[in-house]
Amino acid sequence: MRFAHRHLLGIEHLSQSDITAILDLAETYVDLNRQSTKHSDVLSGLTQINMFFENSTRTQASFELAGKRLGADVMNMAMQASSIKKGETLIDTAMTLNAMHPDLLVVRHPHSGAVDLLAQKVNCAVLNAGDGRHEHPTQALLDALTIRRAKGRLHRLNIAICGDVAHSRVARSNLILLGKMENRIRLIGPPTLVPSQFAEFGAEIYDDMNEGLKDVDVVMMLRLQKERMDGGFIPSEREYYHRYGLDAAKLALAKSDAIVMHPGPMNRGVEIDGTLADDINRSVIQEQVEMGVAVRMAAMDLLARNVREAA
Amino acid sequence: MSNLIFTNARLINPEADTDSIGWLKVADGRIAALGEGAAPDADTQVVDCGGQCLAPGIVDIGVKVCEPGERHKESYKSAGLAAAAGGVTTIVTRPDTLPAVDTPETLEFATRRAQADAPVNVLPMAALTKGRKGREMTEIGFLQDAGAVAFTDCDHVVTNTKVFSRALTYTKSCGALVLAHPQEPGLSAGTAATSGKFAALRGLPAVSPMAERMGLDRDIALLEMTGAAYHADQITTARALPALKRAKRNGLDITAGTSIHHLTLNELDVSDYRTFFKIKPPLRSEDDRQAVIEAVRTGLIDTISSMHTPQDEESKRLPFEEAASGAVALETLLPAALRLYHSEQLDLPTLFRAMALNPAKRLSLESGRLSQGAPADLVLFDPDVPFVLDRFTLKSKSQNTPFDGQRMQGKVTATYVAGQEVYRRA
Repeated sequence: MRFAHRHLLGIEHLSQSDITAILDLAETYVDLNRQSTKHSDVLSGLTQINMFFENSTRTQASFELAGKRLGADVMNMAMQASSIKKGETLIDTAMTLNAMHPDLLVVRHPHSGAVDLLAQKVNCAVLNAGDGRHEHPTQALLDALTIRRAKGRLHRLNIAICGDVAHSRVARSNLILLGKMENRIRLIGPPTLVPSQFAEFGAEIYDDMNEGLKDVDVVMMLRLQKERMDGGFIPSEREYYHRYGLDAAKLALAKSDAIVMHPGPMNRGVEIDGTLADDINRSVIQEQVEMGVAVRMAAMDLLARNVREAA
Repeated sequence: MSNLIFTNARLINPEADTDSIGWLKVADGRIAALGEGAAPDADTQVVDCGGQCLAPGIVDIGVKVCEPGERHKESYKSAGLAAAAGGVTTIVTRPDTLPAVDTPETLEFATRRAQADAPVNVLPMAALTKGRKGREMTEIGFLQDAGAVAFTDCDHVVTNTKVFSRALTYTKSCGALVLAHPQEPGLSAGTAATSGKFAALRGLPAVSPMAERMGLDRDIALLEMTGAAYHADQITTARALPALKRAKRNGLDITAGTSIHHLTLNELDVSDYRTFFKIKPPLRSEDDRQAVIEAVRTGLIDTISSMHTPQDEESKRLPFEEAASGAVALETLLPAALRLYHSEQLDLPTLFRAMALNPAKRLSLESGRLSQGAPADLVLFDPDVPFVLDRFTLKSKSQNTPFDGQRMQGKVTATYVAGQEVYRRA
């Protein structure tokens, strides 16, 4: 199978069949990751650089593990600590990187569009690991894989995305991906965090969580992004939890087999009840982390095939 | 002084609202006579216009020349050459330099530089408050004596209403004009786009178009209080127009401008985070653009300006949110405005009313019109010649134009300031 894109910058550019191809390949890596010897050589000889301009533990670890399991030489660069402090621009950084001849570049940046900009200037395949409040494509893909495995399909599902949609790249990528796969999407949250413009993406918007959760198949919680809030989106965390935190009573309104998802890291007691998050019968949060590694292996594998072809 | 006669010219006369073939005679730097049809015999130098348009030179309010402080971005020389090549015969400069033009001494420096280097008329504006910080008013009287034609803090909104009302009261007593940027700064702080589906899709921090109306509403209330003379630098949204209309109907001394970019581009042009399209206020929706064009047609919006804002490559080659705002436009103002002529939305007399006559009137200048005795500041252009804009051909030191690579129609053939040719297309 040939992947028709040089980079993975967002879900916006992918077709239904692109998405399915990544998920199908990821399934094989789920199997590999469950064996005692978790190793493949498809990225052997290739160099992967993880460049994080914003703090991340989980996503960076997931990409690192994915690269190492596929045999790539992986290097991590924590950019917030180094050159931007010295005044180097993103373009300068790109030029520096080009001289190191990486094959795969994984980038996270606090500004929307910054990864697109970098991709225009470097000579390798770029994977967006989250840019500002724009996109986080591998998160949406891992969510899709988790849903497909739990529900047996990835279409005609009622999916609720709850919480801080405005500041969330996870929400945007999921909205686009799940929309492309023909699901019905509800956005639930206070109007300060779920702006009405999102209705134009074909989503239904609810500010009453009890209404919004009725009969949904999937409940996707979002993290309250305290670090992106510059003042007054919600009155207090306890009021937020009361109205929009997911607990057993609210979940009871969803379908009886509805699954609970969260991209992590969780604010327990703010957007989700701790016991519920740990309930292995309802919560697939651990599974999401597992799928994350597999999806990232699949994405890098597909992009690397193009890299090798071009070489 | 050379005497000239332009014959076989398509005279664009915004004052008379006419567009007809005729002739125009220049003597001693002024328009000596003009008329329709064939030219009378004259023993002066004849310029046969071959049916091309002859219009009053553009008077552009709100041009940024980056002296003092950032001459590498734009000097009086480069801005003057760009203006001449764009048919702009008078540039009215902004004081948002480094440092700001907020004392008679800096104003004199800028004026001296302009007189030495620029081939077109340069009229400076000065800051309304010291350092454009919105705390203390500048020496408005002295600055006026030194040649300031208007007072403005540019895109800095004077948030302290008391300071602003006093400054308006004081400028009124001096008979000076205040230019302001109508915007509610609490809403617009930190934003890079107009709220809507596009900004949501791109994940850009966005400001509601309502912020412009809120800023304008406040300023209008202050005008009712003080009776000052006020010009809104850029009205770019449909929602602000009814407020402007009411204020004019109520007899306040208010006029408004808009920028060429808001008239010819919309928010979708930003596309994949193209920072040359990042301007202030941000590009608006297509509905807003159409409403603003209509307001120019009816005269509710008085002036069109380039809002020429040079930025170097480094300040634009950044992620969209971090990139600097602004675009150069002295040379693209006329071809861009001609898009509205070719799309049959605005005729040429209307365009020159907004680009020459009204700005001149607002600043009490004699130019901006084709009438006997007016300065012979003229632009000769062919409205139909097609071209693809290559930004590296621009005469500005900075080439941050959103029209790079775009098809345009209409080129300046020659520009005259006080009867002297300051530009002729090769």
